[in-house]
Amino acid sequence: MPGKLKVKIVAGRHLPVMDRASDLTDAFVEVKFGNTTFKTDVYLKSLNPQWNSEWFKFEVDDEDLQDEPLQITVLDHDTYSANDAIGKVYIDIDPLLYSEAATVISGWFPIYDTIHGIRGEINVVVKVDLFNDLNRFRQSSCGVKFFCTTSIPKCYRAVIIHGFVEELVVNEDPEYQWIDRIRTPRASNEARQRLISLMSGMGSGSAGKEGGPFKALLRQQTQSALEQREFPFFTLTAFPPGFLVHVGGVVSARSVKLLDRIHNPDEPETRDAWWAEIRQEIKSHAKALGCHAVVGYSESTSICEEVCILSASGTAAVLNPRFLQDGTVEGCLEQRLEENLPPGCGFCHIPYDELNMPFPAHLTYCYNCRKQKVPDVLFTTVDLPSDATVIGKGCLIQARLCRLKKKAQAEANATAISNLLPFMEYEVHTQLMNKLKLKGMNALFGLRIQITVGENMLMGLASATGVYLAALPTPGGIQIAGKTPNDGSYEQHISHMQKKINDTIAKNKELYEIIPPEISEEIIGSPIPEPRQRSRLLRSQSESSDEVTELDLSHGKKDAFVLEIDDTDAMEDVHSLLTDVPPPSGFYSCNTEIMPGINNWTSEIQMFTSVRVIRLSSLNLTNQALNKNFNDLCENLLKSLYFKLRSMIPCCLCHVNFTVSLPEDELIQVTVTAVAITFDKNQALQTTKTLVEKSLQRASTDNEELLQFPLELCSDSLPSHPFPPAKEHLESASSNSGIPAAQRATSVDYSSFADRCSSWIELIKLKAQTIRRGSIKTNGRKSPALLLKRHSSRTQAVTVEKASPMGEGNFRNRSAPPCASATVGVVKMTPLSFIPGAKITKYLGIINMFFIRETTSLREEGGVSGFLHAFIAEVFAMVRAHVAALGGNAVVSYIMKQCVFMENPNKNQAQCLINVSGDAVVFVRESDLEVVSTQQPTANLQPSCTEGEVTT
Amino acid sequence: MTSELDIFVGNTTLIDEDVYRLWLDGYSVSDAVALRVRSGILEQTGATAAVLQSDTMDHYRTFHMLERLLHAPPKLLHQLIFQIPPSRQALLIERYYDFDEAFVREVLGKKLSKGTKKDLDDISTKTGITLKSCRRQFDNFKRVFKVVEEMRGSLVDNIQQHFLLSDRLARDYAAIVFFANNRFETGKKKLQYLSFGDFAFCAELMIQNWTLGAVGEAPTDPDSQMDDMDMDLDKEFLQDLKELKVLVADKDLLDLHKSLVCTALRGKLGVFSEMEANFKNLSRGLVNVAAKLTHNKDVRDLFVDLVEKFVEPCRSDHWPLNDVRLFLNQYSASVHSLDGFRHQALWDRYMGTLRGCLLRLYHD
Repeated sequence: MPGKLKVKIVAGRHLPVMDRASDLTDAFVEVKFGNTTFKTDVYLKSLNPQWNSEWFKFEVDDEDLQDEPLQITVLDHDTYSANDAIGKVYIDIDPLLYSEAATVISGWFPIYDTIHGIRGEINVVVKVDLFNDLNRFRQSSCGVKFFCTTSIPKCYRAVIIHGFVEELVVNEDPEYQWIDRIRTPRASNEARQRLISLMSGMGSGSAGKEGGPFKALLRQQTQSALEQREFPFFTLTAFPPGFLVHVGGVVSARSVKLLDRIHNPDEPETRDAWWAEIRQEIKSHAKALGCHAVVGYSESTSICEEVCILSASGTAAVLNPRFLQDGTVEGCLEQRLEENLPPGCGFCHIPYDELNMPFPAHLTYCYNCRKQKVPDVLFTTVDLPSDATVIGKGCLIQARLCRLKKKAQAEANATAISNLLPFMEYEVHTQLMNKLKLKGMNALFGLRIQITVGENMLMGLASATGVYLAALPTPGGIQIAGKTPNDGSYEQHISHMQKKINDTIAKNKELYEIIPPEISEEIIGSPIPEPRQRSRLLRSQSESSDEVTELDLSHGKKDAFVLEIDDTDAMEDVHSLLTDVPPPSGFYSCNTEIMPGINNWTSEIQMFTSVRVIRLSSLNLTNQALNKNFNDLCENLLKSLYFKLRSMIPCCLCHVNFTVSLPEDELIQVTVTAVAITFDKNQALQTTKTLVEKSLQRASTDNEELLQFPLELCSDSLPSHPFPPAKEHLESASSNSGIPAAQRATSVDYSSFADRCSSWIELIKLKAQTIRRGSIKTNGRKSPALLLKRHSSRTQAVTVEKASPMGEGNFRNRSAPPCASATVGVVKMTPLSFIPGAKITKYLGIINMFFIRETTSLREEGGVSGFLHAFIAEVFAMVRAHVAALGGNAVVSYIMKQCVFMENPNKNQAQCLINVSGDAVVFVRESDLEVVSTQQPTANLQPSCTEGEVTT
Repeated sequence: MTSELDIFVGNTTLIDEDVYRLWLDGYSVSDAVALRVRSGILEQTGATAAVLQSDTMDHYRTFHMLERLLHAPPKLLHQLIFQIPPSRQALLIERYYDFDEAFVREVLGKKLSKGTKKDLDDISTKTGITLKSCRRQFDNFKRVFKVVEEMRGSLVDNIQQHFLLSDRLARDYAAIVFFANNRFETGKKKLQYLSFGDFAFCAELMIQNWTLGAVGEAPTDPDSQMDDMDMDLDKEFLQDLKELKVLVADKDLLDLHKSLVCTALRGKLGVFSEMEANFKNLSRGLVNVAAKLTHNKDVRDLFVDLVEKFVEPCRSDHWPLNDVRLFLNQYSASVHSLDGFRHQALWDRYMGTLRGCLLRLYHD
């Protein structure tokens, strides 16, 4: 499918003064796509040039259209010397390739320069004409949609799930090429930005940068299912009701690798092999838990010099087999509706065999249905299922940990790290468990454990949302035991601590409104603490990881009931437990999509990013001091957030996402992105109208229409593997290998490393697992390779859109009035997949942007804080401008994937790289929608309105 | 553990009105934190001083970045970097351009030049307003002055269009610009009892009646080196005012005028005898003020003269305000009955404004 790309440069405004003599600028624009460049005329002596250019036309292949960004450079014309660059705009034209997303990109884009930041704006119009079916034997991935949202987007429905998609791309970092010695920082920054964005055109993910060479490991993953497939992984974290049958627990694997030992550093093979190994491990852990799939799956890396920790984690789960069959989702949905609805506890029931438990655990009969067994606590990486019964509210629970490590080189370093990892995992787990108990809760959702490696320390940060699941038993308290019981004053101290802990638990129960129903029946498995056992290390039984040492954390779990204060370390632990201050009243926080127990959101939202860097005093750093510093850093950051957002009370911080990095020896950087959403205290909580919704949902399936999605592509290359339910039983019965629920593994493997040392960017490019070669190009983002069905029929969508107040987010009024009324439309940003009180009517495409900003006048720009503050504000502005140009008014599932900041105050320099992404959408307020539906009472419209309710 | 970097950036820019106030008032971050602590915010919110420090720094940084845009408010509306709801934008602009009564009284009528700027130290010490805040206010006056100086059309409209100020504030700025342009003396000890509001009131009347723009007819030749419509007093009008001198120079006319006023006011004024005794002095004062306005120096002293020649004599005789009003009304109206006097329109243009000004200036 070749296409014609058309670009028109309309005007510029607020340009910087480039000619000191006249205080004006002679600006012109270069428009570049691929290897073709066009230029506008020079518009003399103006800071607000009106070029009104002709349509520049590029005739290009659709592969280029998918991969290449449109590059617009604004320059100042100079007769006698070289033209000075004012800045650039990169426009990703992917959204124009989906047949039903945006049709035109038109609006004011900030002109960005890597040295000076935003310098004015330029008005650009971009269109694409695609010629269909030029060669029917050549298939194109043109029009494959990518989403950042880790659930099935609200106006779509999954028809079939094809599988996990990943791609890894490796490239050399332009900043470390020889040419960098002679070119300007600007040229270098732009080369990097271009390369990264080009590579991310194929894949995207995280870029990591350390002191020396830039080594970015970008990785992506997507949908999966079915045991027959190589990796039955799902990156989704929220699922249609009934999709999750059972949840086994968290599975994770880590591996320490040396990057300088790769045979072919410019080829992705070695890295592919590393990841394949880790994924195998995850898969086998899941199997051990009697599960055939992993949901809420994610991969991450932490790099320091040549050492790299690869981590993967997910939640072992048993899925409803009927969802995984080709084209039967629709049918099975209907079927399911006819069944008795599960009482909302099914997913808690253990998937493994009770008699052959993979690890020792306390099992009880489900407190909800009394038929099946449930564990005493449940850890998962997914969002709370919508049908789960929760008592009270949830809260953010964090475990924070630092471990000092000797500085070492290469293998010695890798060994040291791998030796430390199991202990870190254990301690993080213990902390989580203790804090969960202290809150009086029994399950964790959205668990994300991040292990960051630095020169001389390892940092662990785990965040999750604790809840009280009605189906699980009431958690026991925490008991402290002293080591020297005959010492009277010590005894007294212990009992004092015990009292404090008990008081805290009681207080928390009240705070989070946890009032479990009284249960008179006998409980199987007593919550009374058992004597402490030493945690033991197990050899992994999974064939894929011979060298893996495994840690049985389930024993630690039992220990969580008793805290032995036998040394100062343990005292610290208890203290840190008690020093975690609950949020001020009216505030709640969680790291999942929505706060369990609150569903009466009002429409005010505030997304924010907060960054903090602290410098540790390098003298005599001990583990305890380090832990305390790190703990204080996180706690103070949270306190600051509560204070700053106090005007929004009552509100909830949702999707609180902490990222820790160690940019230098004594620096700790914590980046937080979250959204504060207000809610109505007075409205009735917990209105369960699921039944009504479901019947409406079913009604809406009647008027669905298939997206023009390359169905043939998928069905050709990915023959469907209907999942036989019988086999599932077989598999789960045989999986009794004794691997714990919260499975951790570490591995050291450097036997095959090459000795060559060089700097590389590596990127993992998303690609369809089964399509490796040929003309089919699947370019990837974090996205489900799902066959999607639009929830509402096209005509219906059109009526809604027409009536929607598009003008709100519309920047296209080229003849903007000179002043008075505001002309900049509001663009909302949220890390969540929905907007409270609104219905998303259209997904316009993915936004994935990289920016590098550098300064050589750090002091003048207000120091590091001033520099980064301005840069992040600019990044937000550029995201909003791109969304507005697509005709959208919000970004959902927004995430700041990278914020790599480096400074050199002595040289007055700083540099920062930021990668953000999200889904550009059009939303309509539900109140407006009601007006629409009364104005145009079409029968079609009703399902879409009720669908809006489901989202809230 | 020291904090190297500490920032918070919201998609919607957070504006704390209290901190903005402190920033505008020119307090340093540490002073602002101390003041916030004193306001009891820590007790209300349970926050710590460190949190307050970090929060204040954040806001100060944001305001610092916004300041550049506030210098040209329409830019604030069109910029893309800070997403701020329109009501908040209006608040930011309005507060930024707001000024202290004490400060404006010090610089009103002074040339907005470097020389005056150097005196800001003294003004700061005298008024207790921080030097930073004085500078901001002074720069605001100067910026508005520079922008509207060369413009045609209504002063208030121009200011409102280019600075997006509220009607009230735009009117105040029009007065400031008008005073700065005509350099009216306002600092004399005699004038200290007058508030900025008094002067602004007079400025508005003068702009409405005594400038070229006030004539209401478009200049016949647009290319002629026409003075700015609203900024400068109508030179021709000032020249013509000399003609009024006949009212006091011609003894018959003066006597006639006096008898007309006295006849009309007899029994109505509490201070009739004083008025009768003082009539000639007062009339001479008012007419001479008019006649002198051809000289720039005398224009500058307009308010000093008015207070010396009219307000002070009346005040020393304890005229009630109502009597002043009755007198001035009668005084202006009676001229219409003077047959020998041919400049009725001129008189009305002069006296109409002057009457309003005098009534406003007449207080303790």
